[in-house]
This record gives sequence, C-alpha cells and structure tokens, in this order.
Amino acid sequence: MLRTSAAIIAGKTLRYAARLRGGGSALPGLVAERVDPQILARTLASVPGGIVVVTGTNGKTTTTKMLAAIIAAHGKHVFTNPTGSNFTRGVLSAMLGEIGLGGRLQADVAVLELDEWHALQFAKLVTPTHALLLNVARDQLDRFAEIDTTAKLLATLAGQTSQVVVLNRDDSFVFRIAEGLSGKEIRYFGVDPEIADQVPALNEADVRFEDAATPPPPTTDDGLLHPVDTRDFAIRFGPAEQVGPLALRQRGLAAMVNATAATTMARAVLGADFRTDLTEAALRTVTAPFGRGEVIDVDGHPLELVLVKNPAGFTVALSTYGAEPVATMIAINDDYADGQDVSWLYDVSFASLREHGVAMTSGVRAYDMALRLDYDEVLVEQIEPDLAGALDGFLAAYRGQPTRIFCTYTAMMALRKLLAARFGLAGFAQEGE
Amino acid sequence: MSMPPTSSKGRIVLVHLYPREMSIYGDLGNTRCLAARIRRHGYDVEVHDHHPGMPFPQDAHLLMGGGGQDSGQSRVEDDLAVIGDRLRGLAADGTPMVMICGMYQMFGHAFITSDGVELPGLGILDVTTRGQSTRMIGGIVLDTPWGEVVGFENHSGATMLGSGQAPFGTVRVGHGNNGQDHTEGARTHNVIGSYLHGPILPANPAVADALIAAAAERATGRPFEPEQVDDALADEARTRQITRLRARGTGKLKDTAVH
Repeated sequence: MLRTSAAIIAGKTLRYAARLRGGGSALPGLVAERVDPQILARTLASVPGGIVVVTGTNGKTTTTKMLAAIIAAHGKHVFTNPTGSNFTRGVLSAMLGEIGLGGRLQADVAVLELDEWHALQFAKLVTPTHALLLNVARDQLDRFAEIDTTAKLLATLAGQTSQVVVLNRDDSFVFRIAEGLSGKEIRYFGVDPEIADQVPALNEADVRFEDAATPPPPTTDDGLLHPVDTRDFAIRFGPAEQVGPLALRQRGLAAMVNATAATTMARAVLGADFRTDLTEAALRTVTAPFGRGEVIDVDGHPLELVLVKNPAGFTVALSTYGAEPVATMIAINDDYADGQDVSWLYDVSFASLREHGVAMTSGVRAYDMALRLDYDEVLVEQIEPDLAGALDGFLAAYRGQPTRIFCTYTAMMALRKLLAARFGLAGFAQEGE
Repeated sequence: MSMPPTSSKGRIVLVHLYPREMSIYGDLGNTRCLAARIRRHGYDVEVHDHHPGMPFPQDAHLLMGGGGQDSGQSRVEDDLAVIGDRLRGLAADGTPMVMICGMYQMFGHAFITSDGVELPGLGILDVTTRGQSTRMIGGIVLDTPWGEVVGFENHSGATMLGSGQAPFGTVRVGHGNNGQDHTEGARTHNVIGSYLHGPILPANPAVADALIAAAAERATGRPFEPEQVDDALADEARTRQITRLRARGTGKLKDTAVH
C-alpha cells in the first residue's frame, strides 16, 4: 500500500504540474506506472460494478461516450477515460484525478476506451469483466500492419474477459471470435435483417472472404437496430423489449449501430437494474464527440466537420451524408495520425458526390484527392493545399449556405483552430485531445 | 478529363487477379486507373475479376495484381499453381502486367519466410524474397525508364534480383527492394513487379500508358493510337510529392552502391 501511495503522489504531482504547463495527458500516468506497475490493477480492483473495455477500429469514442452516459443515467458513478486517450497510460492519468491517496477510485463501474493493441496490454494488468468488440477494419495499416493481426488481438482480449463479451453479429471477423470462447456469456448486437443490405457499407468487404460462417440466431439479450428513418430508430431485445424510437444528436447509421452496441452492453452490465426510459433519455442527450458529425454555426448556417480516417469510415460518412448534399470540401493530410499512405482513398467510392461535385480539395495531399475524384468523374472546383486559404475561399464562395468538410485527423485539428479564431468559439479548439 | 472519341478503337480485356484476396492497399485504384485511361484513349475495356477456382479468361491483354495479407496469399497459392503455366506463357509472349507487393513477390522464384521455409513462386521474375522482422515503410521516389515515379512502400520482405534481372527503377528516396542496393521492383518483357502503393498508376500515368500501349497492340494487332489525355492533376500531385520527399530524404541509404 505504501508503494501505491508513493506512486499516486508522484503521479498526482506531475498531473498538477502538467496541467500548469497546459500539456500532456499521458505523462503523469507514465510516471505512476513506472513507480508501481500494479497500480492500475489494484485501483480498478476496488470498482465493484465491473470493468468494461470498449475496442475495435471504428466508433470506440462514440460508443464509450454513449455507454458511460447510459450507465450514469442509472445513478451509477462511472469512471471513464477522456476522448482520445485510449492507451493504458491515458487511463492511469484520468484515474489519478479521481482517487484518494489510499488508492480508492470513487466509481461503481469503469468504462474504458482502448485501441486494439492497448486493450491487450491493459488486460495483462487488469482482467476486464466485460468486453465490447465493435468491428475490425483497416486503420492505418502502416501501424497495425495486417487486419488479421487486429482480429487476433480482439480474440485474445475476449478470452481474457471474465464475465460477458458482446460481439458485432454483422462483422464476420468479430462474431467468429465466439468460436474460441468458453466459460463466459456471449451476447451480440447488430442491425435488423430488414436493413441487412446496408451492412456492406459499414464493413470493408474487400478484405472479407466469402464463407459459410453465420452468427447464431438472436436471443432476447441481443440488441437489434431497427431504423425508422434517417434520424429515428429503435433497439429491440426480442419481441417484448424495446429502447426507442428515438433520435440521436449525431447522425447516420454508424452512430445508430454504436448506440445499439452501447445499449446491449449497458443491459449486460446493469442486469435487472436496466431501464429503457433512462437509456432513451441518456442516448437522446449524448453529444457527438470530437470530430464525429460535429456542427459549427457559421453566420447562422451549419458547417459540418466530418472526420475520415479509413475506407470503411469514409464510405459510411459518404452514405450517411449523401442523402442531404451540400457544398463540400475534402481536406487530406498524410501525417502519422492521418495515415501516411493515401492509397486508401482508392478503396472508397466517391460516385455519390458526382452529381453536385466538390467545391474544394485541400491539405498536403489536395492534388492527390482531386486526382482521386477525377477518376470517379467528380468535378472539383478549386484545389488549395493551404488549409487556411482553402477554408476562407470555401466559406466565402458558399456564404449563407450549409457546408460540409470531410477531413483527416491533423487537417481537422488545424481547421478547428482556424474556425475557433474566425468565429470566436471559446474553448472550441481545446476540446477533445 | 478528355472526352473519348465516339467510335471505339478496339476492346481491351483487363484482368484483375484476386481482387478479394490480394487488394488491400488501394490496389483497386490501379484497375480503376487503367480502365478509365483505356476509355479515355478511345478503346473499350472489359474488366475481368479473376477469383480462385474460376476459369482464366480466354482473352487477357493486361493483368493487374496487388498486395495482400498472409491469409490472402495462402488462399491464392493453389489457384496460382493451376493458372501458372498460362501466366508464364502470357508473360513470355509480351502481355503487359503490373504486380504490386504480395503479387510481385509471388511472381518471383521464391519467398523464404523468417523461419527458413521456402515457398515457391511462379518464377516469371528472377527475384527471391526473404521475410524480415522489420518493415520498410515510407514515401519512395524512383528513376525509371518512364521518368520519375513516386509512391509509398510498406513491406517486410527483402527482395534480391537475380543476376541479369532488370529492376523496375532506381531508388532516389526510400528503401526499394531491400534497402541495400538501390533497386526497386523488377521488369521482364512487359511485366512490372513493384512494391509501390499510392496506388502507383494514377499519379504516374506514364507507367499506366506504357502498359496500355502494349495491351492495345496485343488486343488490336495495330500500334497504340493514344488520345491527348489531360494529366495536369496527376503531374501536380506527383511533382509536389517528389519535391517533399526529396527535401525530407530518408538518410537510410548508403550513397556508394548507385547503379
């Protein structure tokens, strides 16, 4: 216990110092981790209601936010890691702010977003009680190298989970994980067969092989998404229990699927305490996390900022927003956080933009994006690699109209900063990571 | 974008080898690029997706193959054994082919895994690849017979050329076949093997048109009759990226072994 206290004091001191400097969220966690590697395990062991890990390629942040909100709406104190800090050290950093020197975390349930690799590192230290496995898609292959590797990481995590594993029944990479599991409960989330034709747009079909594997028929513990229209949907658990219909603040089929995943897991965590009315209220009020369908007021007209980071995500974004075409800009950078290899743009079909064209391409790879659009016969009005110049030109040309910008991660960070300066959005650019 | 002429100059069959199993780094972009440019040059194009177990098409004027994961490669090995003789015959006869990354390796003599297991290839290109623990990743610039070529490499295999095997290009920035000898890819008859993603063809249209020219001759029996295609976007994208990569350099290549 003495060693833990020393580690917590060291970490807390650094956390305070880092705050004063206005920087780094992972550094204090790193220090505490060095002093006492078991700190994470010991502290989380005192959380009585479960340690829930959310992982997968797309939708982690949104789903974690929804899941934490649903559980909190049931009167539970939820410990969760802030948006984007989805590494073990980020969890520790977040934890240091909430624990006393005795090492006790004041929380009923821990809901943690971890990327595929860090989820496994985390599980070496702490046994998750629940794991929610969302999907496997290509995300910066220059980092994870192979999608098969990613699928194996998730399977290992599922094997290390003690109580309940919730799997995506529409992603064959994910539902097949059930084959190797024993001694734990398995539940599924998915879309109702009535919209099964839209599922390929959510998955990366080109890396999935045709095989006979199918998930088992849904039970009353499996959440199924029933979209009513483009905004309203319900989540059904068998014929007798339903959450919704309701509308999220975030748009699109992907967000509805995330809500279905979060609700299925919340129901598993809360058991008999689960209530549909509290869940509906929580889902209605969850705001879009950083960069996911964010809407900015530009002189009374909406500017939508849409983060795109891999082929599956960009394809879903185009199908989500394609129903309501507005003036469009696309900004592509190629830093590490964006994915350095822009080849992935050729695994996305831009045909849905053909009718209205694209007003502007920007970012370091503005010309590569314009070339990509040219091969899909989408007309591009202007090309301006400089993001500030492009944003000004784009907003000036479409003043008084709704606008939309699809952008990679570092392009979004730069655009948010510019928008905060242009439109006086206090604290806007600081939110998120 | 130029408008294609109204009457077709002929029909070119473009075969995409294993688009499901071996198409992970935007390789579909090479097929899209070839098909679009064939049309822009005034020819009809028929894109034929060849999947494992399917009969290989009677006519095949231009072949494209891409990169895959280990699981994808194991799924196509049996089929490659079946169509191997046909592919070797087409290659020897001058059929243009572009094979990227995984398929480039499989067009060589062998792939030797890091455990020392030797997996035989088609032997169309005189190259041998060894698996390594470190990956060669990053932007890459080459000098080739078709001018400067830019792309992105991401491979753990180190490929050595047999004596007398011509490379596709000479590395100016990046790693290339093995990070040692400044060679990238391999070229025999009209077969090009390369590690370049990007994908390689859209931003390097001179390479695409060289392949199309050979395909058009085979398909029609007449010399290639190109149209004026506007490549301003491709040229701008390519030269900007080359300028960036040259300025950055990699510092990892020795300056001695220039070919």
